[in-house]
Amino acid sequence: MVTPNSELTYNTKIEGDIVVTRVDAVINWLRSSSVWPMPMGLACCAIELMATASSRFDIARFGAEVFRFSPRQADCMIVAGTVTYKMAPHLRRIYDQMAEPKWVIAMGACASSGGMYRSYATLQGVDRIVPVDVYISGCPPRPEALLDALIKLQDKMTRNGGTAKQLLSA
Amino acid sequence: MSSLAAAPATDLLAVLQARFPAAVARPSVDHPAFNLPMAEVPAALLLLRDEHGYDLLIDVTAVDWDVEARPRFSVVWHLLSSTAHGYVRLVADCVSDAEPTAPSVVSLWAGANWHERETFDLMGIQFTDHPDLRRILMWDGYPFHPLRKDFPLAGIETPLPDLEVADLTKASVLPAPMMGGPFVASSGEMNLTEAEPRAKDESWNERSAKPAVL
Repeated sequence: MVTPNSELTYNTKIEGDIVVTRVDAVINWLRSSSVWPMPMGLACCAIELMATASSRFDIARFGAEVFRFSPRQADCMIVAGTVTYKMAPHLRRIYDQMAEPKWVIAMGACASSGGMYRSYATLQGVDRIVPVDVYISGCPPRPEALLDALIKLQDKMTRNGGTAKQLLSA
Repeated sequence: MSSLAAAPATDLLAVLQARFPAAVARPSVDHPAFNLPMAEVPAALLLLRDEHGYDLLIDVTAVDWDVEARPRFSVVWHLLSSTAHGYVRLVADCVSDAEPTAPSVVSLWAGANWHERETFDLMGIQFTDHPDLRRILMWDGYPFHPLRKDFPLAGIETPLPDLEVADLTKASVLPAPMMGGPFVASSGEMNLTEAEPRAKDESWNERSAKPAVL
């Protein structure tokens, strides 16, 4: 007599220690579930960034609580604040020091577009020197907005096609 | 603040004129203020510091009156007496309009160092005998002095401070899009909606160029 498997979860007793999936899906899932942010806190947005890491908002719920102040250990730069032209080359160098794959979130009006600083000293959007994946509006954005951006970034990571091919060709 | 302004009992004008006959009172709405020839300023500051208790240097700054104004630049020193609780302001015109200079007072107050570096950086005043007259806010090698009247708020196109990054990113220091700004609130406006800072004209922005005639 054949008993149908009524369990919805994966049953190792029946199916063995094997999961069948695509390697792209696994790698993307791993990447998106353990984003290590590089906090590029340059102005008041950094305060909201810290709040996002605190217990009330708890960025750990999305697997991104391991803030690394070394670019070598980080894979998502969160540009939180006003980027001056004096700072811009340093920001680019820190971005260059991050290992691939890497992502950038432009947090707030200043990082996205220069914000209210229409002046000789301010870079008018960090996307002029680094490729930005997600922009967040707000001055400063609330922590929920940063979490929303993180979820959008994770969504973008999981939708990335050809991850294994990129790894092999690299 | 009113008690601070009233504090100095001595007649500073008489004190200064006894040593520096060229000293004159300067119109001021708050604190005693005096005009002096530039060369006499360090001695006058020393006199005020050592004999009249003005022991704290509050500020060294400069004024650019106008591109056409003669003299164009004035340097301003603010002193505070920490015992009598009064301020005094000394102002001296720069002799040269093209290459304004002023004597450094770092030897009197070590704290003047960064004030003078800032004034040099933003106004282009050369402080003679300053121990380390480098820019402090803008980067070394920046060719302009941004707070001068002939410098536009939006800025002037310049290479990025780091030429390697500039080459990599093809980015440069560009004039900021003013978008019809600068954004100023009208003072004395009681209706907050009306007083909100806004651009006078929003018909142009980063993507559509400013019309020739505005």
